[in-house]
Amino acid sequence: MSSETQKILTTDGIPLEVSLKKTEKKNKIKAFLLVCPLLFFLLLAYISPIVGMLFTSVDDRMVTNMLPKTFKAMEDWDGKDLPSEKIFEAFYKDYKILVDENRHGKLATQMNYEKNGFKSILKKLARKQKKFEEGNYKEQIMSVHKRWGQVDYWRAIKRRAPSYSYIKYLKGVDMYQNEEGSIVQVPEDRRIYKILWLRTLEIAFFVTLFCFLMAYPIAHLLATLPMKYSNLLMICVLLPFWTSLLVRTASWMILLQQQGLVNDFLVWIGIVADDHRPVMMYNKIGTYIAMTQILLPFMVLPLYSVMKTISPSLMRAGKSLGGTPFVAFWKIYFPLTIPGIGAGCLLVFILAIGYYITPELVGGASGTLISNQIAYHMKHTLDWSFASAMGLMLLTGVLAIYWVYNKLVGIDNIKLG
Amino acid sequence: MALPKYTEPHYRIWHYIYLFLCGCVFFFLIAPLFVIFPLSFNTEEFLVFTEGMKRLDPDAFSLRWYKDMIYGTKNPWGLAAKNSFFIAIFATIGSVILGTVAALGLSSRHMPYKGIIMATLISPMIVPLIISGVAIFFFMAKVGLAATHIGIILAHIILGTPFVVITVTATLSGFDHSVTRAASSLGSDPVNTFMKITLPLILPGVISGGLFAFVTSFDEVVIVLFLAGLDNTTIPIQMWTGLREQLSPTILSVATCLIVLSTLILVAAELLRRRSERIRGISR
Repeated sequence: MSSETQKILTTDGIPLEVSLKKTEKKNKIKAFLLVCPLLFFLLLAYISPIVGMLFTSVDDRMVTNMLPKTFKAMEDWDGKDLPSEKIFEAFYKDYKILVDENRHGKLATQMNYEKNGFKSILKKLARKQKKFEEGNYKEQIMSVHKRWGQVDYWRAIKRRAPSYSYIKYLKGVDMYQNEEGSIVQVPEDRRIYKILWLRTLEIAFFVTLFCFLMAYPIAHLLATLPMKYSNLLMICVLLPFWTSLLVRTASWMILLQQQGLVNDFLVWIGIVADDHRPVMMYNKIGTYIAMTQILLPFMVLPLYSVMKTISPSLMRAGKSLGGTPFVAFWKIYFPLTIPGIGAGCLLVFILAIGYYITPELVGGASGTLISNQIAYHMKHTLDWSFASAMGLMLLTGVLAIYWVYNKLVGIDNIKLG
Repeated sequence: MALPKYTEPHYRIWHYIYLFLCGCVFFFLIAPLFVIFPLSFNTEEFLVFTEGMKRLDPDAFSLRWYKDMIYGTKNPWGLAAKNSFFIAIFATIGSVILGTVAALGLSSRHMPYKGIIMATLISPMIVPLIISGVAIFFFMAKVGLAATHIGIILAHIILGTPFVVITVTATLSGFDHSVTRAASSLGSDPVNTFMKITLPLILPGVISGGLFAFVTSFDEVVIVLFLAGLDNTTIPIQMWTGLREQLSPTILSVATCLIVLSTLILVAAELLRRRSERIRGISR
């Protein structure tokens, strides 16, 4: 036998192996080319701006742009002693422009976040600076308020000099960098974002739980009923699923208002007195009720598709072997539905944690989530870098859950309707 | 699901409790939608059931708010409806084309890096809308498409394609590839094969993906809130403004129309799903 095995040739005389590889490669490229248009469109218009948010979130040029001369003058100040007249003069000139253009409020907000007590002295300076005379600005500014003579406040300004910082991320978890440069928590009474994060998690968790508790029995019923009944009942699940989110939220706003049907009903059955109608909207209760109803179909559908595949003979076998219906359910049926439970819960949790519309409309002050805060900073305070930072923190959480979802369920196993 | 005759009484009771609880959940799911119908025919300006309505007095019902919706002065709904349909139709066409083509590639067993690419294509469905909104707004503002129809259509294509990709890949999973090979062996070029053989077979999946994309676009408010100017107002934006400022019965008339529309879409989607299951059953 020769050491060389004879190569199988195609009709063109090319070895089969080579020809096969070539075709494989061609098919690969063909498949990839089909995906290309969408992939590149998404990368350009969607993924890259999300990555761009990373830069926006560390972009801290707002203060730098407001006080250009000051930062220039501060470059060779070591921060040990009170700044020189040159820095005071630069600061006065920068600040005068801001006051003239009526933009000084924003600086006050920003600086007060950096160091408490800045807002009042900046405001006082804004009033007094009109009467300032040429020259000797150091003394004039220090005479406005004694805090202007404290080196801490000038150090706080210098700390805002770099154009990029992670300060917004710290702000998002109620922390800040103090004068010594160490990271500490803000005072107890000013910790608003921590409450918001916890509330978002809490609402997402309980909405998922309520959805699960409600969806499990009806998914079971739908999966075990004969086709002609279950198709009819399925409409009850699918109609809300296809109906506009705003329409469903509107119907809850009508139902939950003080003179609404739910309150009428509670009064009628005598649980509450007519003059003590509970407030069920513009608070957490409203968010809970509306979000549970809106997200319920997303729990029912994955559960249903798993339960549909479980053969009823398994339960019958369990019962015939002496298990009570409860034991048979707990030992046989429930473990088989766990993939559906995982899929449904993760889906609802992901959707709930980033919900915006419904909490904004029925949540009031105590029922809003982190998304509402992001929108608020995008639209009202225009602090886009903070909005981006919060958004990315939320996104990290969601992607982590998405990753788990992908591991457990497989992203290509998502079923719709 | 009738109980067998030999069921013991206490399990019978449990069974009825279970049915009752299921009934409650179904009621919770569907009842809120039906509150809107009667109130949209209200004669009064308030969003509560008047005494007349409770007595089913015909005088207590009217088409007043429907007239207001269509003929009302300084009425935003006409423009909003026109914009909504325009945007949704083009967004659907874009999503369907991009999504179907991508799904064809993804379903090929030669596709490299399938997992990561699939995850990327589906991501707009998973990422919270508010973050998508911020990101897309930054992009559209940079390329100068904010407050234009094109910008909103592109944004909705981004949101709509995952649905098309999912439904079409699902349909293709049961697809018998020997029919396309048969077509090629009979001398058909790939485009012809796709149009004459593949497309008709996967059409139910394509259309149901398109319906999802249409509804997503038609109902989308978060991104439009960021992107829309005064000329691009849509039905969801008008409803959003109305719900935030004052709840007028006109909104309920619009809502009723939307529920009718979604019922039609539901029926279409269900028929398609059954047809698609039938076709898949045959091809197996």
